[in-house]
Amino acid sequence: MALFEKFKSGLQKTRQVLNTDVRDLFKAGAILDEEMLEEFEGRLIRSDMGVEAADEIVAELRKQHLGRTVDPQAIAETVNAKLRDLLSGEDRAEGGEEENADPLTRLNLNPDGPTVILVSGVNGVGKTTSIAKLAKLLTDAGQSVVLSAGDTFRAAAVEQLTMWAGRIGCEIVTGEANSDPASVAHRGAARAKELGADVLILDTAGRLQTQTNLMNELGKIRRVVGKQIDGAPHESLLVIDATTGQNGLSQAEKFSEAAGCTGIVLSKLDGSAKGGVVIPIRRRMSIPVKFVGLGEGLGDLAVFEPEKFVRALEI
Amino acid sequence: MSFIDRGRLTEATVREGMKQVRQALLEADVAYDVAQDFTKRVAEQAVGDRVLKSLKPSEQIVGIVYRELVTLMGGDPDSDFQPSSPAAQIGVKRDGVTVLMMCGLQGAGKTTTCGKLARALKKDGFAPLLVAADLQRPAAIEQLRTLGEQVGVPVYTEDPASSTPVKVCANGVKEAKRRGDVRVVILDTAGRLGVDEELMKELSAIDRKVGPDAAFLVADAMTGQDAVNSAKAFNEALELDGVVLTKMDGDTRGGAALSIKAVTGVPLKFVGTGETLDGLEAFHPDRMAGRILGGGDMATLLEKAQREFDADEMAEQQARMAEGKFTLLDFQKAMGQIGKLGSMRSVMKMIPGMGQLADMDPDADMDGEVRRVGAMIDSMTQDERLNPDRIDRSRRNRIAAGSGVQPHEVNKLLKDFKGMSGMMQSMSGLGMRDRMAAVKGLAGQMSANPGGQIQQRKQSTKADQDLAKLRAERKRKKQLAKKSRKKNR
Ligand SMILES: Nc1nc2c(ncn2[C@@H]2O[C@H](COP(=O)(O)OP(=O)(O)OP(=O)(O)O)[C@@H](O)[C@H]2O)c(=O)[nH]1
Ligand SMILES: Nc1nc2c(ncn2[C@@H]2O[C@H](COP(=O)(O)OP(=O)(O)O)[C@@H](O)[C@H]2O)c(=O)[nH]1
Ligand SMILES: [Mg+2]
Ligand SMILES: [Mg+2]
Repeated sequence: MALFEKFKSGLQKTRQVLNTDVRDLFKAGAILDEEMLEEFEGRLIRSDMGVEAADEIVAELRKQHLGRTVDPQAIAETVNAKLRDLLSGEDRAEGGEEENADPLTRLNLNPDGPTVILVSGVNGVGKTTSIAKLAKLLTDAGQSVVLSAGDTFRAAAVEQLTMWAGRIGCEIVTGEANSDPASVAHRGAARAKELGADVLILDTAGRLQTQTNLMNELGKIRRVVGKQIDGAPHESLLVIDATTGQNGLSQAEKFSEAAGCTGIVLSKLDGSAKGGVVIPIRRRMSIPVKFVGLGEGLGDLAVFEPEKFVRALEI
Repeated sequence: MSFIDRGRLTEATVREGMKQVRQALLEADVAYDVAQDFTKRVAEQAVGDRVLKSLKPSEQIVGIVYRELVTLMGGDPDSDFQPSSPAAQIGVKRDGVTVLMMCGLQGAGKTTTCGKLARALKKDGFAPLLVAADLQRPAAIEQLRTLGEQVGVPVYTEDPASSTPVKVCANGVKEAKRRGDVRVVILDTAGRLGVDEELMKELSAIDRKVGPDAAFLVADAMTGQDAVNSAKAFNEALELDGVVLTKMDGDTRGGAALSIKAVTGVPLKFVGTGETLDGLEAFHPDRMAGRILGGGDMATLLEKAQREFDADEMAEQQARMAEGKFTLLDFQKAMGQIGKLGSMRSVMKMIPGMGQLADMDPDADMDGEVRRVGAMIDSMTQDERLNPDRIDRSRRNRIAAGSGVQPHEVNKLLKDFKGMSGMMQSMSGLGMRDRMAAVKGLAGQMSANPGGQIQQRKQSTKADQDLAKLRAERKRKKQLAKKSRKKNR
């Protein structure tokens, strides 16, 4: 399956950084010294996991292996265990055994009406495209989906989502340029209820987490849909671009505050970037990655599984 | 101190200092290898430098690093950065049509930057034509068309179903020549990944067919370690002429700027500072260096302030503040100095705690505010500037009319000023560190009370220190500043 191949090749890159190299760095028989550890730290940092998380992994290696004869297998295991630890958080995913887990299991579904999914993130990370992909995934799983074109700010953002809706064949609610995004969300919720739809996905304009007014707007959208549909939004997905560096932490923190994020979509993992920033995010804020973006097409969204991700790192 | 060898920076001192610098660079997303090479090189240079008595070795090392960063990013740490005009930055030819091609990863900000450049060029009298060559992303053409409308610039488009990016670009340039008045053609290409060979080839194909005069890479300032990989890939495909770093209006430290410059050598030309089309500024190496090191670290701002503020003037003002004689005239001068440091908003962002204040209301026009206040003070008589208490209703109305503001704005200025001079008075008795803490406190106060007046702070008893002491201090500072300027040559 093409998609799975892509996912594997994405992981491959991370594996190359973290593990394939472990073997040429930590040669069997040599004594593990500080120099090796420093070089290994560099490899970890190049994945964008940041100094702190990298140091934590290195510290673990130091504790267990420093001054001893290198056993590459044991080292790889230490690294993987630590990574698994960092990535899984408390709510470790259970039974992620099948190759392609059901996307529906990743979502907190509303049993009594439309499930509302709010999607937010900084500018240009891939929100609109991820929404289209998710809508496609859900439609294919037999769900009826309504999209709400809440980016009333950026030029042609509404047209962009409208074109995707056309391709997927799902319902879309739009508003005037520069109109209140909360009112578009309101009408989206009304329409979803009226149609008896299974899922409503709310697109939002890109915003930087430092723009307080715009961040507050997300809270308003939440409140508006919450009044119409019990418990809405049931999911609040933050899209983070895999190329993002340490600013991803500030994004996760501030968007969580404003939009109560329940999960991350890690987009653009098909490039050369590793997306390692999700590691410190998971570590500090315990927001799990739920989906990964692997391309610009409608089929390019995969379910993220921490266990599998780390297992795939093993040689 | 024993680890300083006869007034020279020792290897041990430098190594210790560089450890912190390296950490700061990595936290700012400077690519690992770039940070490694940079700190190594600078450390080698710094060992043996004479120790400046006025600074702690760690401060001195940060100073050296700052200067190196500025230089590396194309600036000169010893002089004010004077950006050239957008047209000059792009390299617009003296006549004929200049073709500029934009490229970059998906979502980097290419289309928006096309609109911003078109706006800037048009303003300077170089008629632009935008060409919509992104046939990939849904509604990308529509997006560029909308931006073109916003700034009144024509946009060349073709039906994506029956054209190719190469064709659109070639035809766009033809169209520009046919029109006659067009001076610059800006090609908005589709976003692509450096590892996508097919699409990178497409970029080279456009390059070969159209032969643009310049190619700019648009990169997101929030990019992490991958910045080096993608910049290299685009530079290999196109031989870049410039880089635009977008989304600098956020809180990212922007280490990608250093990474890109270090691995490609391509000059950084512009930064994007907002979603609207006026959000484009020239790239300032000194500001960027401060920001990369920054992270709430005041050192860089202070260093800059040291250079920019006329030491004499500052000491004079301090003395006046301590005497409670800080007048609107002094205020006017101080504002001029702030102006030298860059926009008010960017200055505030560099001060820990003040960043929030600058972001509190992104719509508030901070620099406009500074201009308005400037205009009001300009409209006062010298006597009024020195004795604002004498400004009565009729004088107030006259000042308002003269500066084109409402009388209540003059009132507010006077009130704010009263609060501020009180605060400055209490601050002048404090050391630099405490003064920053006071500024922080003020920032907190202001955000707790947005839009409110600056409240009069309780005066520090230390503020009553005598003038003679202050003047002596000022003399010492002047000498030190002179020394350090010499040293840094
Ligand atoms: N290669 C790749 N490109 C992607 C992926 N997801 C989105 N993109 C591209 O990234 C660019 C930005 O995507 P959008 O979906 O418009 O991003 P957005 O967050 O909605 O952007 P704004 O609304 O403008 O803030 C587009 O060119 C997308 O095609 C991905 O997983 N891989
Ligand atoms: N805050 C901010 N947003 C920007 C800036 N430049 C572009 N954007 C936004 O980033 C997103 C992607 O920009 P776009 O021009 O469509 O990127 P492209 O895919 O590279 O053409 C849009 O939401 C823009 O409004 C900037 O300097 N600051
Ligand atoms: Mg969008
Ligand atoms: Mg574009």
